Amino acid sequence: MTHYLEFEKPLAEIEGKAEELRAMARSSPEMNVEDEARALDAKAATMLRDLYAKLTPWRKCQVARHPARPHCVDYIEALFDEYTPLAGDRAFADDHAVMGGMARFHDRPVMVIGQEKGHDTQTRIERNFGMARPEGYRKAIRLMDLADRFGLPVITLVDTPGAYPGKGAEERGQSEAIARSTAKCLSLGVPLVSVIIGEGGSGGAVAFATANRVAMLQHSVYSVISPEGCASILWKDAEKMREAAEALRLTAQDLHELAVVDRIVPEPVGGAHRHRETVIGAVGEAVAAMLDELQGMDAGAVRADRRRKYLQMGARGLAA
Amino acid sequence: MNWISNYVRPKINSLFSRREMPEHLWTKCPECGTMLFHRELATNLNVCTACGHHMALTPRARFATLFDGGVFTEVPVAEPLADPLHFRDSKRYTDRMRSAQRDTGEKEAMLVAEGEMGRTPIVAAAQDFSFMGGSMGMYVGNAIVAACARATELRRPLILFSAAGGARMQEGILSLMQMPRTTVAVEELREAGLPYIVVLTHPTTGGVTASYAMLGDIHIAEPNALICFAGPRVIEQTIREKLPEGFQRAEYLLDHGMLDRVTHRRELRDELITVTRMLMGLPPAVKGDLPPPLDLAAPEAQPDAPAEDGAEGTTETGDQRPGPKADAAE
Ligand SMILES: [Zn+2]
Repeated sequence: MTHYLEFEKPLAEIEGKAEELRAMARSSPEMNVEDEARALDAKAATMLRDLYAKLTPWRKCQVARHPARPHCVDYIEALFDEYTPLAGDRAFADDHAVMGGMARFHDRPVMVIGQEKGHDTQTRIERNFGMARPEGYRKAIRLMDLADRFGLPVITLVDTPGAYPGKGAEERGQSEAIARSTAKCLSLGVPLVSVIIGEGGSGGAVAFATANRVAMLQHSVYSVISPEGCASILWKDAEKMREAAEALRLTAQDLHELAVVDRIVPEPVGGAHRHRETVIGAVGEAVAAMLDELQGMDAGAVRADRRRKYLQMGARGLAA
Repeated sequence: MNWISNYVRPKINSLFSRREMPEHLWTKCPECGTMLFHRELATNLNVCTACGHHMALTPRARFATLFDGGVFTEVPVAEPLADPLHFRDSKRYTDRMRSAQRDTGEKEAMLVAEGEMGRTPIVAAAQDFSFMGGSMGMYVGNAIVAACARATELRRPLILFSAAGGARMQEGILSLMQMPRTTVAVEELREAGLPYIVVLTHPTTGGVTASYAMLGDIHIAEPNALICFAGPRVIEQTIREKLPEGFQRAEYLLDHGMLDRVTHRRELRDELITVTRMLMGLPPAVKGDLPPPLDLAAPEAQPDAPAEDGAEGTTETGDQRPGPKADAAE
C-alpha cells in the first residue's frame, strides 16, 4: 500500500480510481476499462509532476519524513559489501538508533555510521525513531576513532528528528556526547563524508554531519529546530509550521546557497520513496565522488580542510 | 560582610515601608520572592541575600567583578552578515535585534575581554542572557573564534561564562553551524596547550551546551543553574511524567559526572585564579595586597577606550563595588 502524504491526497484519489477500475475489470473481464484507467494514470502523472515541481519547504519536511523513504539500513544493504556491524559505547549500552560498522565501499574498506528510524512499529520502537541517546553518539565516536587509527574513510548517513529528549539521556550527558562527537568529526585524520538522506535534526545531526563534504538529497531537510518546534516558540502556535519551515530555510537548495551543503543529489519526480533504487544508487555515486575529491590528502590536510570549511560557516547569506 | 549590608540596609528599611518601595530600587527574587534593594543585590554579586539564588549577571557586570579593579580591554569581534536569511516570524529579525540592542545597550549576546584576574593574565568571554536569551548566532560564533584566537596569541587561558537558551533560530542553519565552528575554535586553543575553563551559568541549554559549553578542560557551574540539552518541558511532554526535583540543575549534573564543581559566585573568582594559575604553571596568587585600582588601570588603558568599558561595567552593577579591595579582602 502506498502511503500518501497529506498534500498527495488528490493524487491518491485518482490513483485509487484507476486501481478500482482495474480491479473491476479483473473480476468481470467483459468490461473494457483500460482506456479510462490509462487516462487516469496520465492525469495522475501530470499531477505528481506538478506537485513535486515546486515543493514548499513544509512539504519537503513531509517528504523527508516519508516512512517509505530509503533509510540508513537500505543504503548500507545496497551500497556496501561485507558490512560488519559494530556495537556499543563500551560504557553503558548499545544504542539501536545508531547503526554502524566496517564495510567495503567499491572494494575499499570504510567505516559507515548512520541513524536508523525503523520501518514498522516494532523496528521504530527498537530504533527509538532514529533519536539517539548519549550512548549512540559515544558509539559513533568509538567507531570514528577506530576508523581514524586504521585509516578507513568515514561515511555518515544522517536521518534523525533530533537527539532523544529523555530523562536518562540527559542524565548520561546528551550535550556532552553530542559535543564530543562533533569534536571527533573535526579531529579525524581520515576523510569524512556525509549525506543527509532524510531529516537532519539539529545538534543530533551535526554530531554526525560535521564532514569534509556534505551531500543532501533534493527533498531532505536540515535545520536548527523542527518547524513545529520553531512555530511553537516564535509564533506561539505549533500550527504555524508552514511559515516556520519557510522562514528557517531548511531545504537542500537554500543550504547549498549558504555553502552548508556541497552537493544536492536529485530525486526523481515523486521523491525518493517512489524511486528507492534510483536514489540509493545516486547517493552511492555522490559518496564515491566526494571521497574522490579527498583522495590523496594526508591527515593534516583533511583535518585542515574540515576546519577551514566550518570556520567559514556564515560567511555567505542568501540573496534578498 | 560590607558597609552596605551592615549599615545602609537597616537604615533604608526603616525609611521605606514595603508598600512605598520605588520599583526601580528593588528587585524581587524570582526564587523566594524577597524584595531586594538593588545596591544590596549588586554588592552580593546579584545573589539573593535571602535564599542564595544566583540571578543573571550581564557580561559587563561580570567582568567588572572578575578583572582586577574592574578593568578590562574589549577584544574586538568581527561583525557578521546581518540577517542572512531575511528571517521574519511575528516580527522581523532585524527589528528584534534593534530592540534587544536598545534594551541592553549591547551590540550582541557575547562580550570578550582581556585583562588580569588576581594578576593572572586571562581572556574571558561572557554570554548575555538578557540579549535575546543569550542565543548563539554568528556573532556569538565570531566572539568565540575571536576569544580563542586572542588567548592563543597572548598565550593566556580562556574563561568562558555560558548563558543561553540555545541556538538563535532566526539565523537558522547558520546558527546550528556555530556548533562545529566554535568547536574548531576550542580545539585550536586546546592544541595550543592553553586551558579552557567553562563556567556554566543559569541557564545553559540546547546547542550551546552541546558544543563549546561542554568541551572545557574544567567545568564549573553556578549553584542551581539549569544545564541541559533538551529543556525540562520538552522532556516532560516526551516521556509524559513529572521530572524529579532538581533535575538538570547544577548539583544534579555534578552528581551525574558532567561537572567538576559547583561554586558559589562569591568564591568563583578566587577559584578561577587558583585553577588557572596552577594550569599555567604560575606561583600561587598573592591575596589581600593588590594595589589600588588606578595603578592597575594605568597599563591597561589604551586609546581604544578600555578604561571606560571597565567603568561602565562597574556602574551597571550599581556602582557600589569598592573596586579591587573587595576582591583582595576576601
Ligand atoms: Zn531569593
